[in-house]
Amino acid sequence: MTHLDGRESGATDPNAPVRRSVLTLRGALKTFGPVVALADGTIDLVAGEIHALVGENGAGKSTLVKILAGVHQPDAGEFSVDGQAVSFRNVADSKAAGISVIYQEPTLFPDLTVAENIFIGRQPKGRFGLISRAEMRRRAKDLFDQLGVPIDPDRVAEGLSIADQQIIEIAKAISLDARVLVMDEPTAALSGVEVERLFAVARRLRDAGSGILFISHRFDEVFGLCDRITVMRDGTYIATHETPAMTVEAIVREMVGRDIDALFPKSETERGDVVLRVSGLTRPGVFHDIDFEVRAGEIVALSGLVGAGRTEVARAVFGIDRYESGTVEMLGQKLRSKDPRASIDAGIGFVPEDRRKQGLVMELSVERNAALTLRHSLAKFGLISTRAEREAAETWGKRLQVKSSSPEHPVSTLSGGNQQKVVLAKWLATDPKLLIIDEPTRGIDVGTKSEVHRLISELAGRGIAILMISSELPEVLGMADRVLVMREGRITGRLDRSEATAETVMHAATAALESSR
Amino acid sequence: MSLDSKSAAPAHPAPGHQRRSALGSVLKLRELPVILALVILVTVTAALNPLFLSEQGIKDLLLNATILMILAVGQTLVIITRNIDLSVGSILGLVAFGTGSVFVAAPNLPIIAVFGIGILFGAVLGAVNGLLITVAKVPALVITLGTLYIFRGINNAWAGGTQYFAGDRPEAFGNLSVDTILGFPVITLIAVVVVAIVAVYMLGTRPGRDLYAIGSDPEAARLFGIPVTRRVLMAFVVNGALAGLAGVLYASRFNSVGATTGSGLELDVVAAAVVGGVAIFGGSGTVVGAAIGALLLTTITSALTALRVDKFWQQAIVGILILAAVVIDRIAGVRAARKLRIAEARNV
Repeated sequence: MTHLDGRESGATDPNAPVRRSVLTLRGALKTFGPVVALADGTIDLVAGEIHALVGENGAGKSTLVKILAGVHQPDAGEFSVDGQAVSFRNVADSKAAGISVIYQEPTLFPDLTVAENIFIGRQPKGRFGLISRAEMRRRAKDLFDQLGVPIDPDRVAEGLSIADQQIIEIAKAISLDARVLVMDEPTAALSGVEVERLFAVARRLRDAGSGILFISHRFDEVFGLCDRITVMRDGTYIATHETPAMTVEAIVREMVGRDIDALFPKSETERGDVVLRVSGLTRPGVFHDIDFEVRAGEIVALSGLVGAGRTEVARAVFGIDRYESGTVEMLGQKLRSKDPRASIDAGIGFVPEDRRKQGLVMELSVERNAALTLRHSLAKFGLISTRAEREAAETWGKRLQVKSSSPEHPVSTLSGGNQQKVVLAKWLATDPKLLIIDEPTRGIDVGTKSEVHRLISELAGRGIAILMISSELPEVLGMADRVLVMREGRITGRLDRSEATAETVMHAATAALESSR
Repeated sequence: MSLDSKSAAPAHPAPGHQRRSALGSVLKLRELPVILALVILVTVTAALNPLFLSEQGIKDLLLNATILMILAVGQTLVIITRNIDLSVGSILGLVAFGTGSVFVAAPNLPIIAVFGIGILFGAVLGAVNGLLITVAKVPALVITLGTLYIFRGINNAWAGGTQYFAGDRPEAFGNLSVDTILGFPVITLIAVVVVAIVAVYMLGTRPGRDLYAIGSDPEAARLFGIPVTRRVLMAFVVNGALAGLAGVLYASRFNSVGATTGSGLELDVVAAAVVGGVAIFGGSGTVVGAAIGALLLTTITSALTALRVDKFWQQAIVGILILAAVVIDRIAGVRAARKLRIAEARNV
């Protein structure tokens, strides 16, 4: 990796006045078994700045945040707060050091009141050393007044909007005198007004001298809010820049940063007849007027930001979710809404995003999992013989090169890449005409990724139509014959392989967000 | 996902509305249904059979409820953390038999020391449960189902055919269940003090509130830095200690203790807590509610006997009460969710 060069070429102005670092992390390493989640986690946060951390999905941002939060302990690297070397054993240590983390999904206790959520574990005490609810309520009210939000401290947290929950997390951070506030994609679920309110609070905290680390996929937010930007890629620090000196294009280039076409070879294939035709698919509030087709041997990527509605479209096409209007045609035959069994019979396979929860039964053996979709064809008199299962599993396991010590071992013992192969094997055994693959390489380490990519490419070569959802730009650009970009439930870009670049895809995915503000 | 179709501003009730809902929160008490049920039950039974509320009648009612009450309070601590302890009946049995043995072995030991030994014994058994659950990370349901049989087995091996009767214990000890202060049996007053102490602990101390947080969202509690393991272990130890106390009181109250003392009690205890408004998945409910639940369950048995209802029906009615408690809880939840949706819809 070229991170050392990258760091040196970082554009931080050397003549700027020396600012006080509140938090410094250098060269943090974190591995989970064979998977390197973070190779070089480096961040330097100074007092009174809002610092953006950007990178693709899987760049290691979340792992870095969890190290700051004390959730993960780094295997190597230097970590200091206020110039003092620290090593957090747990979350409490991180909190005690003045670091507060606000996750995308706030972690409040639904049964407790708002005030208690803020002060849990350090409730103010009154008479007889007992908790004083009146004092707790008063302090919560003070915090909300300070933040300018009218939240009732006495209501239970259950049912609060995400925006209000985040404000409560911020109130908590303020009451803890946090000098470092980490916000991990706080705006993903917020509306425009709510985002503005959150930013106003963030700026006030910065002006009061806190250091704020802000993680976001939205460049308009990064450029509108942040003073400095740190870029990460593949678990490695790339560079830190002063925001005014940068452009979106330059940042995107650093985020993507490699020769895409060389990494994910997509073999040229003959495009056949239309296999899947989706027209006018609409589910109000989720996706609107979705039109596209996928041909035999073609890989179509559905790209866009997390939450743009890609997975929802895929689930509707496969028949897991309902849609209000529009049609899904498979090989010229109309499919009924909300009938996945019919979709399987028509030749569609669906590889979900969350293998562990939806794609595999983790406790069952490899062979059981691989044969799961075949239960009907394997069964004799309603019973399934272990031998028939094993034979079916072996055929496909061999073809996909699943590395497991024994087909009888539970799937949970396999690596992420091999689990994904088992899921693929499961569907290939049904001889599908169309495979829908949601985030094919999520949680799979870089080495195995290319193997999965080669596999998908091979399947397309055999004439299977493939609809692939991916948040990873290099994957989209390297694999897809055509790219459909979604934004806020609509298709906003249709790019051929030749037109698709990081810039054009990112532009289609974010343009409206920028123009709406 | 359309960002703009979401509510532009979050729903906030007006200040005046807040005041009303503070008053209304009394009506929304989780314990309200069980209190109402108790009042109705007592009123109706007393109207049909005036002897039910005689001095002796009330005394019997309270005496019968005492032991279940203490067990239900302990169980509530455990259930609030999203755990369960099915071994309490066996713990009670072991401690009750142990108490009988202590009196035989050392007849002159002060009664207070016997209480101390019993509570300590229970706490140790509770700690066994707690350690197995927090260290081995096996669900409490499985662990305590196991210790239910293990503790009972030890009791069987220890007691064999031996039983201790009222004559084996000092008279003063037995009198705890006979004497009254201001008309209340002494052991009932002990139970009330226990309920009060635990209630204050759960409502007014940080570790007590931590238990609610843990049951409300264990993962968030861990992320937040609450010492989950220590707190859950503590809940099991306290529950064991209370089961130990209940065991000592059992030995005082009943004429004989032996190998089967307390068998099957655990389900009554869980039922009392659930009927008293303790959510079985943790996070909400109070020990006072559980104590009233225990009082209600024993009162039903007495009331139905007073009304000459067949024993068979008594159990069925307890079952119906449990289902009713769950249904009421569910309806309350659905109504709250619907209210919230309406509030959000107004804001669009």
